Amino acid sequence: MFANEEDILKQAEKWKHEGREVAIATVVETWGSAPRPVGSHLVIDGEGNFLGSVSGGCVEGAVVTEALEVIDEGSPRMLEFGVADETAWKVGLSCGGRIRVYLEPLD
Amino acid sequence: MKLDILAAMNAERAARRACVLVSDLDSGEQRLVVEAALGEDPLAPLLLAQLRSGKSGMVESGGRRLFLTVQAPPIRLVITGAVHISQAMVPMARQLGLDAVIIDPRTAFATPERFPNVRLVPEWPDEALPRIGLDRYTAFVALTHDPKIDDPALSAALRSDCFYIGALGSRKTHARRVERLTEAGFTPADIGRIHAPIGLSIGAVSPAEIALAILAEVVASLRQGDGA
Repeated sequence: MFANEEDILKQAEKWKHEGREVAIATVVETWGSAPRPVGSHLVIDGEGNFLGSVSGGCVEGAVVTEALEVIDEGSPRMLEFGVADETAWKVGLSCGGRIRVYLEPLD
Repeated sequence: MKLDILAAMNAERAARRACVLVSDLDSGEQRLVVEAALGEDPLAPLLLAQLRSGKSGMVESGGRRLFLTVQAPPIRLVITGAVHISQAMVPMARQLGLDAVIIDPRTAFATPERFPNVRLVPEWPDEALPRIGLDRYTAFVALTHDPKIDDPALSAALRSDCFYIGALGSRKTHARRVERLTEAGFTPADIGRIHAPIGLSIGAVSPAEIALAILAEVVASLRQGDGA
């Protein structure tokens, strides 16, 4: 079964209680055709395990990498992905949309 | 996010209560506004409008960029009658993200063969409903035509905050139902909450078409009504 938003946030709480470091990514804005709606979550633990999605799989890798930094630094950051991005050919949304993702540590 | 905020959000969801997480994206500050406190919050109009839309989103308030994470309980569809229309309705409800429950004490109707992969309660509504609980995130649909089964369930629905109440039956059947509910002490305003004839008027004939008409009416109440 696919994880719904509910399972994702419960998992984040469970991970934290198990003593893992956790970061939560939330889609806060979208423009054009974006694969996941505003409010979608991706949760990441300190080992890079993740649950949920913020895109159709296009940028999750980059979000996970940034999440590990956010966990280290302990402060939130805003990420933006889209075809206008310089890194479009590396990490971007092939659908042509643009998304902004708020990434925060769970503390 | 603080762990206690996340734990509170998860607890509200488990209790089927709405809440809105307000995140100031510039300062990183966050606070959780639970359903009971929404009306008195300084941002009440913004929060309530966002909750009504059922979606999370960005708003501006006092020059600050706020992200509102809306958490509304899953919408439940409680049906009396393990009948042909409900068989058609269950997969459609699933597609719409509605959490269906079927109640029917007639065990010949309420069988897992007829209703696979859905919560099936082969009991009388008066026994089953208090346990299931009807709240403002619940739509109730009476489909048996049988007053013995539908009436007690309708009474429970009328005493609850269900955002939608519908009952199957011809105008004649409904007129008799109105008489019975009036005798039971319900006011015309109470009884007026019941959608009957049930469903949007699309000339539905087959069970699947009737199911579609009913679910369309449920969605209209959810998204356009004053309900959840």
